[in-house]
Amino acid sequence: MNINDLKERDTGSQEYIMVQEDDYPKTGWEQFKQVLARSVKGELFVGLKITLKMMKEALFNDNMHTVQYPAEKLPIGPRYRAMHKLLVLLESGNDRCISCGLCEKICISNCIRIDSEIDKDSRKEVLDYSINLGRCIFCGYCAEVCPELAIVHGGRYEVGSEQRAHFGNKEDFTTPMDKLLSQKEYPGFGAVSPNADERLKKTPTSY
Amino acid sequence: MESSILIETVIKVIVILSVFSALAGFTTYIERKILAFMQRRLGPTNVGPSGLLQILCDGAKLFTKEDFIPQNAIRPVFMIAPIITAATAFIAMTAVPFFPEFEMFGYTVRPIVADVNVGVLFVMGVAGIGHYGPLLGGMSSANKWALLGGARTAIQLLSYEVVSGLALLSPIMVVGSLSLIDINNAQSGGLLDWFVWSQPMAFILFVIAGFAETNRTPFDLLEHEAEIVAGYATEYSGMRWGMFFIGEYANLFTISFLVSLVFLGGFNDLWFIPGGIAIVLKVAALIFFFLWTRASWPHIRPDQLMWLCWKILMPLCIINILATGFYLMLF
Repeated sequence: MNINDLKERDTGSQEYIMVQEDDYPKTGWEQFKQVLARSVKGELFVGLKITLKMMKEALFNDNMHTVQYPAEKLPIGPRYRAMHKLLVLLESGNDRCISCGLCEKICISNCIRIDSEIDKDSRKEVLDYSINLGRCIFCGYCAEVCPELAIVHGGRYEVGSEQRAHFGNKEDFTTPMDKLLSQKEYPGFGAVSPNADERLKKTPTSY
Repeated sequence: MESSILIETVIKVIVILSVFSALAGFTTYIERKILAFMQRRLGPTNVGPSGLLQILCDGAKLFTKEDFIPQNAIRPVFMIAPIITAATAFIAMTAVPFFPEFEMFGYTVRPIVADVNVGVLFVMGVAGIGHYGPLLGGMSSANKWALLGGARTAIQLLSYEVVSGLALLSPIMVVGSLSLIDINNAQSGGLLDWFVWSQPMAFILFVIAGFAETNRTPFDLLEHEAEIVAGYATEYSGMRWGMFFIGEYANLFTISFLVSLVFLGGFNDLWFIPGGIAIVLKVAALIFFFLWTRASWPHIRPDQLMWLCWKILMPLCIINILATGFYLMLF
């Protein structure tokens, strides 16, 4: 294409493709026939029939489309990544988090803060784990980087708050003790495998 | 005697005003419900039993909203325009007989405020004056969309006034009277006496013109949201907008009553149904039809509207009148 093609503004001489190719009536008689067909064919009444059928379906066949949201909720996808969850060890209910601080480090919006100490067994212990949910962009890096699968994204999507800064603390994210059995495991490195019981072997003590 | 007529008229006026103002609110609820069902939605559900008290909430909102008048608007005209719409819509009802005569406390009540002998002419004329409401409101708002809405009022309502007038002419020719009660009584012989059978063309034309005059959906160009925001009512808020609204729904009822009276046998007894209930059923069916079309049919363009009016409907009206005239002359 050279510059002259671009300067050519006469639309008639260029190769345009007609998108809509209706066969418009050409003579007066054809126009009259079109008007007659449109008036008598009853297309308008077909429209009326459709809406009435919709109303009948909705009212009597329970085909209503509305989900009354706060009362009814649609199921969300299993991979949905909404509010964080801090998982615990199934056996003891202890924190799975080892306070390594990787999530705090990788968080690109700087919204995770871990407070930890060395406890009496000289292991690191999580004192508090807070996420500023107002800042969090739910990128998923914290869950990605966690070596213990301690922090994951859950399905709680109703996280509206009255303030810009909306903090969640450790007790908000951690699985409570009474819900321990219903804690859902996430497959991946560090997770309990589905056939964990079969693979369990006694520690050889003879050597 | 004089004072008794005065008291009776005042009571009738108050009853008509209150009933139809309330019905206007109730019709919005019905409209929202039916439109919702036709789109497989639920409509208002939360306020009151199945959303019925939504009307009260809407009313409270309208009454407490700020009455806003734009800076460059022509204040007196802007303020008076909605009153014209609402007032003429109710004035038009004075000549409409809503029910047959009935006895109450040993006193014969005629449910018509003023039985003028030019009933149809009066109703159509006052409804015609009602067009000044949207027209003046649109032109005085100092808003381009309102101005366009006002201009569309002028073309649409005035053009279709011709169609509705000419369509009503042929049944009037057959009856030979302009009084709605006479027209009603002419159809007293049962279902086959209805003018919808002897004047089907006039019936269809009048219903089409009724759609245009009450500003209902296939022809609601005056406030076509997709093109001109809210048309003539763009700058209106609060109760002034509410008055436009009430006027529009009152007009809807007037047109429905007119169609039932002139074409569908009015308040004559139908089989086992007493006349008073028969006309309510007819009006309800017509209102449902108005809502049904709103859910089904798309808007048309202004040029299509004018084309339909002047090239199709008006010639059909004249052919219909000529045919009726020749029939009356020859048979």
